[in-house]
Amino acid sequence: MTIQNRDQFLNRIAASLGRPRHTDGVERPKWSVNPQLEVLKGQTQENLIDVLEKQCKIIHTVFKRTDKNGLEQVLKETIKAYNGKSIIVPNDPRNEQYGLLNLFHEIEQRIETHIWDYTKQKENQIFAERADIGITFSDITLAESATVTLFHHKDHGRTISLLPHSYIAIIPRETIVPRMTQATQQIHEAIAKGEDVASCVSFISGPSNSADIEMNLIVGVHGPVHATYIVVD
Amino acid sequence: MSIQINESPFQERVQKGIENDFMRQAVSSAQGRFRTGKLTQAEELGNWEDWRQLGEEIRKHTVENLDYYLQQLSDQVSRRGGNVFFASTAEEATEYIQNVIKNKEAKKVVKSKSMVTEEIGLNHALELGGVEVVESDLGEWILQLDDDPPSHIVTPALHKNKEQIRETFAEKRGYTNSDKPEELASFSRDQLRKEFLSADVGITGCNFAIAESGTITLVTNEGNAEMATTLTDTLVTVMGMERIVPTWEEMEILVGLLTRSAVCQKLTSYITAYTGSRLEDEIDGPDDYHLVIVDNGRSKILGTEFQAALHCIRCAACINVCPVYRHIGGHAHNSIYPGPIGAVLTPLLDGYQDHTELPYASSLCGACTEACPVKIPLHDMLIKHRQIIVEKENKAPTAEKMMMKGFAKWSSSPAAYILSTKMARLALKAWTKDDTIENGPGPLKNWTNSRNFPAPSKQSFRAWYKEREKSGGAS
Repeated sequence: MTIQNRDQFLNRIAASLGRPRHTDGVERPKWSVNPQLEVLKGQTQENLIDVLEKQCKIIHTVFKRTDKNGLEQVLKETIKAYNGKSIIVPNDPRNEQYGLLNLFHEIEQRIETHIWDYTKQKENQIFAERADIGITFSDITLAESATVTLFHHKDHGRTISLLPHSYIAIIPRETIVPRMTQATQQIHEAIAKGEDVASCVSFISGPSNSADIEMNLIVGVHGPVHATYIVVD
Repeated sequence: MSIQINESPFQERVQKGIENDFMRQAVSSAQGRFRTGKLTQAEELGNWEDWRQLGEEIRKHTVENLDYYLQQLSDQVSRRGGNVFFASTAEEATEYIQNVIKNKEAKKVVKSKSMVTEEIGLNHALELGGVEVVESDLGEWILQLDDDPPSHIVTPALHKNKEQIRETFAEKRGYTNSDKPEELASFSRDQLRKEFLSADVGITGCNFAIAESGTITLVTNEGNAEMATTLTDTLVTVMGMERIVPTWEEMEILVGLLTRSAVCQKLTSYITAYTGSRLEDEIDGPDDYHLVIVDNGRSKILGTEFQAALHCIRCAACINVCPVYRHIGGHAHNSIYPGPIGAVLTPLLDGYQDHTELPYASSLCGACTEACPVKIPLHDMLIKHRQIIVEKENKAPTAEKMMMKGFAKWSSSPAAYILSTKMARLALKAWTKDDTIENGPGPLKNWTNSRNFPAPSKQSFRAWYKEREKSGGAS
C-alpha cells in the first residue's frame, strides 16, 4: 500500500535532531530499571487467582470459579441472571472442549445461539448487535488488572465481546499470568520470530464505563453493561 | 477551530473562569480525586520512581530516534494493508482525510476522542465539506451537541454540570428523562449506537503506535474507540508524530503509566491494539485503512531545549495538580492543551504571539514536574519560555517593562529606597484598616481582589535592627 511524503518528513526530523537520518541499526538500549518484572513475581497460580478475584470487585465484574464439570451449571446461572435470550460466541475449538456446544444444544429451544461464521459475512455483526450475551475464552489473563486478552481472527469477530449487553469471559486457569508485561512479552517475541500479530488484540477489563458526567462512575456506556469472569480449573 | 479555542483576551478569560463557581468547584473536586487516586496507584506499585525513570528513558530514546521508528512503523502498516500519509501541516492532514472521505462518497464520520484532530481543526474542515461528524466519547459528544470546546484533556466536559447536560440533550435530541448520570448515559448509548451503525468512516487518534508491528494502541473506558474501529469499513487513524514506541514491551509500560496517571486505574476497560486492514475472511474492522502522521510544528521542537515536551503521553497528571488550573479552569488557557503541559506546548506549536501569557499562568511551584509520569521538567520549561519572551521575543508586558525599569532606578538609589520605605505606610494609610489592606489602589488591586495585603510595617527592618543592636539584645 502507499506511503506518501515519507522521505521529506523524516529528513526534516533528522535535520532538526542535528544528525544524519537513521534508517537502520537502531537498537533499544538496556533500560536502567525494569520494575514491571517485579510485580507479582514468583506468585503461585492460586495467589494470582486471588489477586484477580479482588481486582474484579474494583472493576465491577462478577467473579466465579468452577471446574470443567461445573462450567455448564455456572454458565446456565449466569445466562439466567443476565436474562439472556440470545448468545453469540466465536468459532473456537474450546467451545467443544469446555462443553459449550452441548450446552447450546440443550438450551436451543429457549435461547437463540450464534457461532461466528465468516461465510455469513455481516450477518454475524447483526446478530452480535442484538444479542444479549457474548461469550469468549480468554487467551491470556492478567491477574493484576483483571484483564482478558483476546486475539481476534476470522473465526473470532471483535464484535462478540463488544456489542452484546452482557459479556462472559471463560478463563482457563492456565491462561493467568501476573500482568500485561507477560502478555506483551509473548507478542513481542512472536513478532521477533517473524510471526504476524493478530489484526486486533483486545485487552478487556470489565464492563465499559465513563466518568464524563460530573465525575460519577457510570458502568455500561458503549460496550457491555455487565461482565462476568468464570475461572475454570 | 484549531489549537486556540477562544478569542477574548487572557485577563477576561481568567476572570470568567474565576467567576464560574460550578466550574471551580468541579475542577477542585476532580483534582482532589485524580490526585489521591493516582497516589494510591503509585503507592500500590511501591517503586513509582523506578517506573517514572523507565518511562522517561523509553520516551527519550524513542524521540531521539523518531525518524527510524516512524520509518519502521510506516513500513509495517503498509505491509499490513494500510496507507500511510505523512502530513507536515494541519492543512495537508485535513486535505488528505477529506479526500479519503470524498473517494468513499461518505456522508457520516464517527470519531473517537483525539486531541490531535482538535489541534488540526479536522471536524470543522469536514463539516464545511458537508460531512456529518459525530464525536463518540461521551464527554466530547456532550460538548459537540453544545458547540463547546474541551476544558480538560481526559474529562473534556468537566466544566458542565448534569442539569446543563440534561438541557442540552433535551434541546438537541429530544431527551425527556431526568438528570441522573445513569439515565443520561443510557440515552447516549442508544443515540450513539445508531450513529456507529450508520457511519461510513471511522476516525480515531492514537495513544501509542508500536513501530515493530505497525500497531495502533487506543486506551478507553467507554468502548467507543472499539466501536469506531470495528464497525466502519474505512478507518483513519490520526497521530501526532511523537506518539510512538519501539515495541509492545514499551507500549505496556507507557499504557500502565498513562492509565494510572490519567484515570487512577491499573488499566482502562479497553486497551485495543489494531494493525492495518482486516485480514482475509475477517468481518469486523476496516478493509480500507489509513494512518495519517502529523508534524504540524513538532519537528521545530526537536533539537531544542524543549525536546522533552514531546515525551508527553497526554495523561493530564500535571493539569490535575496545577493550582492555577484549579482556579481558572481549562478554557482560560485558550488552547485545547490546557494546564502546565499546555502552557509549554501551545506557544511551541502555535507561536508566542497569541500565547505570551501562558508561561506566566504558573506559580512555578513545580507540582507539575513532580506529577509527570515521564519526568518532563515542565516548570523549568516555563521559565525558559519566560526568558525567551523577555529576551528574544521582546514581548514582556509593557507594564512589566516599565516596572522593571522603575525598580532598577529606585533600587539603585539608597536615598530613594530609604525615603520610599518610610513613605509607603503613609501613602497606603487611606486604604489600611487594622494593619490590613482589603481593597488596594492601582496595581495592588489585582492582589487584593483575591486576598488581603498586609500594611507596610511602621519600622523598616534596618531601623529595627539598629535599635536592637543599641539596646544590646532581643527586643
